[in-house]
Amino acid sequence: MAAHGVGFDADAFFSEAAFESPVDEEGVHHSFSQLIQEQTQDLDSYKEAIEMCPLETEEKSKDDALSLSGPASSVGADSSGSAADPLVERWSSDTLRVLSSMPSRTIGRSRGAILSQYYSRTMQLCRRRQSHRPSIHSFSRSARPSICGYRVESDAAHFEAEENKKEQLINNLQNLSVGERVRMLKAIPLNLAEKSELRRLASNKTIHSPSPHEIPCCSHFKDYIIIALRNGRYSWLSFVSSMQLWQTALKTVSGRFGTGVLSYFVFLRTLFFFNVFLLLVTGLFLVVPQAVRPPVLKKTAPVHFGLELLTGAGYFSDSLLYYGYYSNYTLQKPCSNSCGSHLSYNMPLAYFFTIGVAFFITCIILVYSMSQSFGQSFRVDRSKGLLTIKVFSCWDFKVIKKSSVKLQCENISTQLKELVAEVNRKEVKSSWLRCLFTVSVQLLAWFICIGSTVACALAVYYFSEYMHKDLIDHKHSCSNSSQTAESSGSVLLKEASLLALPTVVSSVNLLMPGFFNTVAWMEEYDSPSKRNYVAIFRNLMLKVSMLGVLCFHWLGRVAVQHPKCMDLQCWESFVGQELYRFLLMDFIFTMLDTLIGELLWRLFTQKVLKKKRKPVFDIARNVLELIYGQTLAWLGVLFTPLLPAVQVTKLLLLFYIKKMSLMMNCQAPRKPWLASQMTTFFITLLCFPSFLGAAVCVTYTMWTIKPSPSCGPFRGLGTMFQAGKRWVEDLATANTRFKWLSWAHAYLVENPFFLFLAAGVFLIVIYFHIQVVDGQRKIIELLQEQIENEGEDKKFLITRLQEIHERKRPISRRIRTMSEESSF
Amino acid sequence: MQKYFYRPSTGWHCRPIESIYMYPLCTGLTHSQLMLGFSPFSRLHGRFRELAPNLVPLDYTNNPDITLTSCLITAMPELKENPFRQRIVETFSEDGSGDLSFSDFVDMFSILSEMAPLDLKITYAFKIYDFNMDGFLCEQDVEEVVHRLTGEELKPEERKLVSHRVMEEADLDGDGKLSLTDFENMISKAPDFISRFKLVSIPCECQ
Repeated sequence: MAAHGVGFDADAFFSEAAFESPVDEEGVHHSFSQLIQEQTQDLDSYKEAIEMCPLETEEKSKDDALSLSGPASSVGADSSGSAADPLVERWSSDTLRVLSSMPSRTIGRSRGAILSQYYSRTMQLCRRRQSHRPSIHSFSRSARPSICGYRVESDAAHFEAEENKKEQLINNLQNLSVGERVRMLKAIPLNLAEKSELRRLASNKTIHSPSPHEIPCCSHFKDYIIIALRNGRYSWLSFVSSMQLWQTALKTVSGRFGTGVLSYFVFLRTLFFFNVFLLLVTGLFLVVPQAVRPPVLKKTAPVHFGLELLTGAGYFSDSLLYYGYYSNYTLQKPCSNSCGSHLSYNMPLAYFFTIGVAFFITCIILVYSMSQSFGQSFRVDRSKGLLTIKVFSCWDFKVIKKSSVKLQCENISTQLKELVAEVNRKEVKSSWLRCLFTVSVQLLAWFICIGSTVACALAVYYFSEYMHKDLIDHKHSCSNSSQTAESSGSVLLKEASLLALPTVVSSVNLLMPGFFNTVAWMEEYDSPSKRNYVAIFRNLMLKVSMLGVLCFHWLGRVAVQHPKCMDLQCWESFVGQELYRFLLMDFIFTMLDTLIGELLWRLFTQKVLKKKRKPVFDIARNVLELIYGQTLAWLGVLFTPLLPAVQVTKLLLLFYIKKMSLMMNCQAPRKPWLASQMTTFFITLLCFPSFLGAAVCVTYTMWTIKPSPSCGPFRGLGTMFQAGKRWVEDLATANTRFKWLSWAHAYLVENPFFLFLAAGVFLIVIYFHIQVVDGQRKIIELLQEQIENEGEDKKFLITRLQEIHERKRPISRRIRTMSEESSF
Repeated sequence: MQKYFYRPSTGWHCRPIESIYMYPLCTGLTHSQLMLGFSPFSRLHGRFRELAPNLVPLDYTNNPDITLTSCLITAMPELKENPFRQRIVETFSEDGSGDLSFSDFVDMFSILSEMAPLDLKITYAFKIYDFNMDGFLCEQDVEEVVHRLTGEELKPEERKLVSHRVMEEADLDGDGKLSLTDFENMISKAPDFISRFKLVSIPCECQ
């Protein structure tokens, strides 16, 4: 019964993948009882052999095993040595024989078993055709016979039985329709010669059956079309995958450094695509229309110093790069003749909606990819037997290039090492005193880290305040003195002072992770992935606090105080410039870090210290830097529509530089760790603090802050949000048919109730989704438990059998000796 | 879709090898009909004949009993770098020696093609990994598989450790070896097995 259950589980598992078969539990059971009957008949035929074979023949059966293992390998000789398992050792050879003739095991071992199995399948098929009752039997995948070269039952009697079964099978095959017969034959795992013999016999005996040439004609044609379609699909898929960006580079990286480092590069690629999308949207809807109809500029800024490339000010400040350049009227095609107004382009509206829609789509893509990768890592995480899957299914048989094969070997061994390290980790236990010590050290480390983060944030806060005041004073002094007195030296100084804040923040971002790493040295984490998560969290904390302070600086100080104290025409452009500077500084500091931290450090350790070690690629820090840069880019889109272009260039350069530096300077992480959830984690980080923060800031700016009165598309409006409202009102006054639109706008968009409602529905949907996934997980757990339980049951039953056999044996022996005595 | 045409040296050329799985039985061709063309077998026959032009006849009408040695087969570009090449040919040969007749050859390519169903693939993968051919995967088999997979990248004791863990994970009934059922259970959790367990397509030579 236990075997039955086990079989059912396995079968249910497969029937999901099976084609055109409804999962019919009863049917499965039925098919199994059929199979078991078959097998018991099989068993009956040599049950006597078992009973007659006394336990003393243990030696002989071992010999059998040896001879069966064949001449092929020396490994075979050891196979009987698997008796290291105590349970196996306890079992006698008879029990083992019974065990190996159990249905779940015999299927697939001998040709006779294959035939009988397919016989029963065809029987069921016939029956089903008669009764017209759909059932699962026909395609139950309970049996996968195998091993041509190995025939257990090669004695004459068995040969006869096998022939008998073959006869029956052929008879059954004849009763099937041609299509079914073909399908059945195709699924039988015998070799081609045997299959064609079966087919020949089956078709020869059919008298009424039409010749094989006519029948499959249409199915032949159908197959042909299917093949063509499939081939097309596969070649398209392979074409697409070969077209993927940086595919070879990624493979090289994963082959040398494992999945952890690979996840960094994959993440970089994802960010690259996000920015390309953003660039496309803003470029198409904002930059190109504005570039085609440039606004009339009041003055042109003088061109001086190469520093402008770094600061983004001066010549750049009145360019397409920044918010201030965009016009606040409807762009129209200059008409030589009367051409109507159908080619008009409402710039404020376009600005508003482009930014809004870009953020909305980015949000959807992010949430989608997050759920997708959650699903993947969840599946990988849940299933037990990860190592087994890796070992048996990771080899790509398609690979034929020698270098790729080598790469694959390297890759697989790295992954196996990671998995084994993860598995071994679970088994180490330590005393509570040691635990206490570790925990206190960890607490101390956390305290230090949080303290230094707060200190950094405060420092940046006061420094930015100081710089702001300095700027205001400077402006005042400039306006007080005459314009001509403005020397080039003071301008240069002014420009350079703009770079002070980005430099400070970037150096904090560069140096603090190193400090955190030093602190982390004294801690002890039992797994490398945990260590990584902790490092990521600390760095994240630092970066979030930096960005928080900066956002306050921009939106709370610069944007609000501008009209009174500062001589700024356009605070949006100023913030845009700041973001540009930050992004650029971040890039420069990353480059410096790569150069100093990796290249020079490697040269130093190898040439001066004469050590073989190379610096290890710090995944956590690098990913956090990427996320930080991306947050800046998202924040800046509103003020600098071309910022995604800068970010795209930056990422492109970064990919090649990082890859080169990695290949040249770094070594593979010495303790390889499992990175299955790493990508998920990165995407989540990108979504939650980074994107959400940027979106909140941008929305806040649009909703509440008053735009500059003298520049940009929203000049003269109370908030940016009013652009949409004004448009709707204009539309309503111009055409009474659109009155409902203004009504809808007033009640749906401005009233927060509907926003809450939509958010509520969204949350409910997410909640249901989570519940469903959770339920599925529970079911999987239960099923796995069931499989294990039934395995236990089987073991128990076998042990009982063994015991009973042992108890019976002395009696039979006594009887035998008695009969021997009596014969004397 | 490619046209079939006759080339004196290698016989009929046609579609890439992957598609042959659909054909062996549904067209209802016998061996003598096979060689008349109009079937992907002829392309395989061409490949088979390429390996030993003076051994394999053009005419297969009488189904001659000709086998090619395993070293000839494993020298094919599809198999040359495969660490399991020897096991593959042994599995598909009739007597387990690795020498393949033409029908074994066809068998091999059809199982390792795109169209073969998952359970057939699993069965044969099991056979390939079963180095001592006892119908079970024991720890030594797994160790050998790991060895082939990783080359010399792992130390012997690491290989032992991996195979030990694999046995612990996959052996549900605790008898110290993996039966086909255990194997199937595990493979069913690996969605990309079916796409990996196939031989690469050699581009069609018919131009």
